[in-house]
Amino acid sequence: MTAFTVVTAGSAPGLPVPATPKQVPHRGGEANPSAEALRAKFGGAILRVEVVWGETNVIVAMDRALEIIRWLHDDPSQSYEYLSDVTAVEFRDSTLPIEVIWHLRSIKHRRFLRLKGMIATGQPLAAPSVYDIYKGADWLERECYDMFGIVFEGHPDLRRILLWEQYAEGFPLRKDFPLRGRFSRAEQLRQALAANPEARYSMEELSVADAYAELPQDMRARIKGGESTGE
Amino acid sequence: MGLIDAPTPSVVSVDPAHSEGWVATRLDFLVNWGRANSLWPMPFGTACCAIEFMASAASKFDLARFGMERMGFSPRQADVLICAGRVPFKLAPVLRRIWQQMPQPKWAISMGACASTGGMFDNYAVVQGIDTIIPVDVYVPGCPPRPEALIHAIMMLQKKVMKETMSSTPREEMVPDPTSQLYIPPSRIDTLSQAFGNSIPQTRSGQ
Amino acid sequence: MATKRTVEVELSTTGIGADGRPQRVPLVAGGDGGVALQAPPGIEPDLEGEHMLINIGPQHPATHGVLRLVLELDGETVVRCIPHIGYLHCGFEKIGEYRQYNQIIPWTDRDDYLNCVGNNIAFAMGAEKLFGIEITPRCTVLRVIGMELSRIISHLVWMGTTCIDIGAYTPFLWSFQERENVYNLFEGWVGARLTTSASRVGGMAADIPDGWLDGLKAFVRSFPKTLDECDRVVTKNGIWVGRTVGIGVMSPEEALNYGLSGPMLRASGVDYDVRKDFPYLDYETYDFEVPVGVHGDVYDRYLVRMEEMRQSVRIVEQAIARLPDGPVNVDDPRVILPPKHKATSEMESMIHHFKNVMEGPRPAPGEAYVAVEAPKGEKGYYMVSDGSAKPVRWRIRPPSFVNLSAIPKMVEGHLLSDVIAINASIDIVMGEIDR
Repeated sequence: MTAFTVVTAGSAPGLPVPATPKQVPHRGGEANPSAEALRAKFGGAILRVEVVWGETNVIVAMDRALEIIRWLHDDPSQSYEYLSDVTAVEFRDSTLPIEVIWHLRSIKHRRFLRLKGMIATGQPLAAPSVYDIYKGADWLERECYDMFGIVFEGHPDLRRILLWEQYAEGFPLRKDFPLRGRFSRAEQLRQALAANPEARYSMEELSVADAYAELPQDMRARIKGGESTGE
Repeated sequence: MGLIDAPTPSVVSVDPAHSEGWVATRLDFLVNWGRANSLWPMPFGTACCAIEFMASAASKFDLARFGMERMGFSPRQADVLICAGRVPFKLAPVLRRIWQQMPQPKWAISMGACASTGGMFDNYAVVQGIDTIIPVDVYVPGCPPRPEALIHAIMMLQKKVMKETMSSTPREEMVPDPTSQLYIPPSRIDTLSQAFGNSIPQTRSGQ
Repeated sequence: MATKRTVEVELSTTGIGADGRPQRVPLVAGGDGGVALQAPPGIEPDLEGEHMLINIGPQHPATHGVLRLVLELDGETVVRCIPHIGYLHCGFEKIGEYRQYNQIIPWTDRDDYLNCVGNNIAFAMGAEKLFGIEITPRCTVLRVIGMELSRIISHLVWMGTTCIDIGAYTPFLWSFQERENVYNLFEGWVGARLTTSASRVGGMAADIPDGWLDGLKAFVRSFPKTLDECDRVVTKNGIWVGRTVGIGVMSPEEALNYGLSGPMLRASGVDYDVRKDFPYLDYETYDFEVPVGVHGDVYDRYLVRMEEMRQSVRIVEQAIARLPDGPVNVDDPRVILPPKHKATSEMESMIHHFKNVMEGPRPAPGEAYVAVEAPKGEKGYYMVSDGSAKPVRWRIRPPSFVNLSAIPKMVEGHLLSDVIAINASIDIVMGEIDR
């Protein structure tokens, strides 16, 4: 009835049909072959390779992370064309570094790789943006910035995404941030109501400022004065 | 279960000085009857409760039986705000704005634990009860409440509407404090959103 | 903006093309078979530069929650779309750092609340990976049933709400009728309709009750009929076809690069399904197919989801046939509580129960990322343990968050009314996007 092809997915050529992994060891086990390739290609930039619960972690030097991810994406023998996730981990032990984590997938070769870059205590919270390689990194990096305050260098539009722009309490997923926030409930509510993001909107707030010059004069004046939502 | 209404006292006290005239009470009855049976809901659905709200509106539970078939997604043409789901601080001004846009007379149902108290989200992001933002008439417990619970709440609201009188029911807008935008004092907000159990106490205002 | 504008005209009742695929029938057929009409000069005023900002949401019926879209329009054409999210940010990941593994399961209900059982199971799988637990065969099959049922009910909500957005109300009522059947099944199984908390680390909250499978079989028999009915009403409907074909097209390369997953990605022709490519719960042993679209438009996404529901029914049928007897929970005292009657009568069991509940099981230090094929796409739970009873980090990889981030790309150049169709086709659920 449906004029529509139904095909079997995961038809990666020449690969055996994958199976549900069983009896996965805690440490050790077979590493993703990409880790070895990375070692051969980048040498000293690959700080450590470990296999935890069957997943390969490659800890890379932060300053070369972008180069490494670009190679993983572009090289046909790797072709990690899919970025699953960008996130960060801060440990309860404050002497441990903050980890920035990229989860990469190669659909062609059915591989999963976790790259980690470390930000040692006291270092500026910064990591390279992979937006140039994966457009999907846009919001993931913004979220990571919003929650941890990690600045992704090279991201075109790094601002808060989940919390509002004027949010004053800090970065919620940092371990020094209390579960219920820094302010009293009344103060939190006062700030939220005062922020009132709906009352006005302007081109500037919406980061479409580059269209501003093209607008007619009267509209520019209205926008500059702040346009109400039609109250 | 506490859901059964207490029996009405059989003793009725009549104070002629405070009773309404016959015309006024009859008119009240007529107006309230009309209002109670055609409450137009404004579904402010944010999360899981909105799905149960949709289930209530769909064929099995059929809210239209209660005169609520007209879902007004415009606050200007609505009588009862049904806040279904958690309300984070970022959404608080939106909820306040929608409430202010609704014309009088208006009522609010807080559907679910999160809207009523913050529920399981006792953290930095969620308003601990929408009664700190807007006045609420009926709270519906549950996470999410079953459609039957929502229907019970609506019937309770209908009863409340039936008891209103023109002379005694306030109809003016609650005006929040112009500087803080709060309409209840900060200390009371702190009390309302107090952590319970062995949770870590929240910072109190003024500290 | 150029004065020459291409206007696509939709007028079709049963516009089926030569390949058997519904197509737009042009009002004025061009010589090349195209549907381009050039507006006569003078009729179309020159609107160069006069852009308008319009704001949709956060409270709008067509945004499926509290999404806010700010659109910059040139006439009725979208020049730019700026999505604003976060209106439902509830701090899930923060609260997860303060809860034991089993205590997090109720939160997984509420992040993607259309796919509660699927999330519960995905989270339990992640925690089991951290604990190094292999679940029992019966539990594996029950989890497959739960996952596929929740895929069905999630797609049903998608279908109902999308049909409302595009102008059909009846499929909404039909889909909720079927959802009620699944709700009843879930209620019989774990006692809750929507927020089920169905799984536990090492097993399920409960085994299925006696006679439950009969109800499931009845559902599996009746549900395809409803699906066929919706198919008849919607699939070749002229309005539906006109509003969805060729709208919001994503090419396979773009879809991959934007990180789309699930039906969004497969509609664009990329055959990536976590169940097939990185299988879990023995999905490789089930005989099912994964629909893959060709055109990457809203219509293909609809077809993919419809077919996925049929395939889910197939999987459930096979799971019913192979459901083995035996225990549901693993025999692992680290995570599984003793039976209640023992906990109330034997001292050792009571201490065991008390310690498990109050202190919580502690996995070895390590980390695990478990991805499942949720109705919206690749749903990942990433958790990091430092050896204590609570995770150091609990990360949700939200598929609809990443899918939604491509909306500015998809709506660009389309009409305002198409924004609604495109937004609906992403199948967003704000609880998961904002977390």
